[in-house]
Amino acid sequence: MAHIQLPEGIPGILGPMAFSPETAKPLNALAEVLLRGPNSLPAADREMIATYVSSQNDCYFCQHAHGAVAAYRLGGDEKLVNDVKLNFESAAVSDKMKALLAIAGKVQKGGKQVTTSDVDRARQHGATDKEIHDTVLIAAAFCMYNRYVDGLGTWAPSDANMYRENGRRLAEVGYVESTAQLPPIEKKYAQFGSHLGAKGKPVEDPDKARLTPGEWVW
Amino acid sequence: MAHIKVPENLPGILGPMATSPESTKALRELAEVLLRDPNTLTSAEREIIATYVSSQNDCCFCQLSHGAAAAEYLGGNYELIDRIKRNFDAAEISEKLKALLEIARKVQKGGKQVTGEDVERAREHGATDKEIHDTVLIAAAFCMFNRYVDGLGTWQPTDPKAYREMGRVMAEVGYVRPNWEDPNPDEPVEAA
Repeated sequence: MAHIQLPEGIPGILGPMAFSPETAKPLNALAEVLLRGPNSLPAADREMIATYVSSQNDCYFCQHAHGAVAAYRLGGDEKLVNDVKLNFESAAVSDKMKALLAIAGKVQKGGKQVTTSDVDRARQHGATDKEIHDTVLIAAAFCMYNRYVDGLGTWAPSDANMYRENGRRLAEVGYVESTAQLPPIEKKYAQFGSHLGAKGKPVEDPDKARLTPGEWVW
Repeated sequence: MAHIKVPENLPGILGPMATSPESTKALRELAEVLLRDPNTLTSAEREIIATYVSSQNDCCFCQLSHGAAAAEYLGGNYELIDRIKRNFDAAEISEKLKALLEIARKVQKGGKQVTGEDVERAREHGATDKEIHDTVLIAAAFCMFNRYVDGLGTWQPTDPKAYREMGRVMAEVGYVRPNWEDPNPDEPVEAA
């Protein structure tokens, strides 16, 4: 059970985001620009960095949510995502990507862990200042998202298909658009069968209110 | 020297922020809503949480700048901020803030460190769900800001006095002022 009262059964970060729309707005805007904004780093690579940092932070929800986006963007290559999490140095990714993942791994431990030789290695493999900047900020941002999700004790689904479906949707629709279309909190309650909204009001048509897995976005 | 090329003379987070306007907009909005928007926690309390987490992460720029903002909200009480950083349980702050700082301390180490007992302690001293939520997110956000600042090896003044004016501006003007990155904001900008 979550540490604060959140709608039951809403996965991961979505619960606190529904609880606090004011903070959800900049959090989603940040994810959008970091992971989907125009960038010389492919979105798949950026999602891979997010996934790797989330796995180092042992955040089940974030590593599977973003791992699913990365896999979708790689044509469904879930094995590669797992290989990167297990040992990126031996995974089938570019040397540039390995160097950026090494920087991200240092940032996860603490900002001061990043050394000049880490940065030089990335540059030698063609990384630009902007790509190094974005790698550091993505890794830092997931040290935030992971702590937000786990620090409030949120619930994470274990069904891999749910993550796959949402990975596709997040890749296609994005973080801002998805959360802007989040159903009202009453509808979220309805899908878990209580038929009562957040304020105790009955939902008119519970079946209509029920969300399909594809609508579970984060 | 910073790990990437940033404008000279911009301390801490302001250097990388100047190179990346798109992410900066979201980061500034997040700081503004977390630290300055209307809240049952005072801005001083929220800046104290930010300062404490930044000191636990050993981030010089963030702990001194947000510490200065907190002190300015408290009429210039810089000594209290130092005592909180050293040992908040022995500082003259409310039991509720001590309980929230304990939650923030756990979040800094890792989200899963926060226990039901930590949250119960905060509730017993009157903390609401929203206040607990905001404490967790402020602590988490500074685990990001601190890593952004130190992960890029930014230049950071080490004299606490250098941060006093910055703290005043953070407390009085906030985080989303236009042209924040301009090192000389009071000088007129020439028309293009």
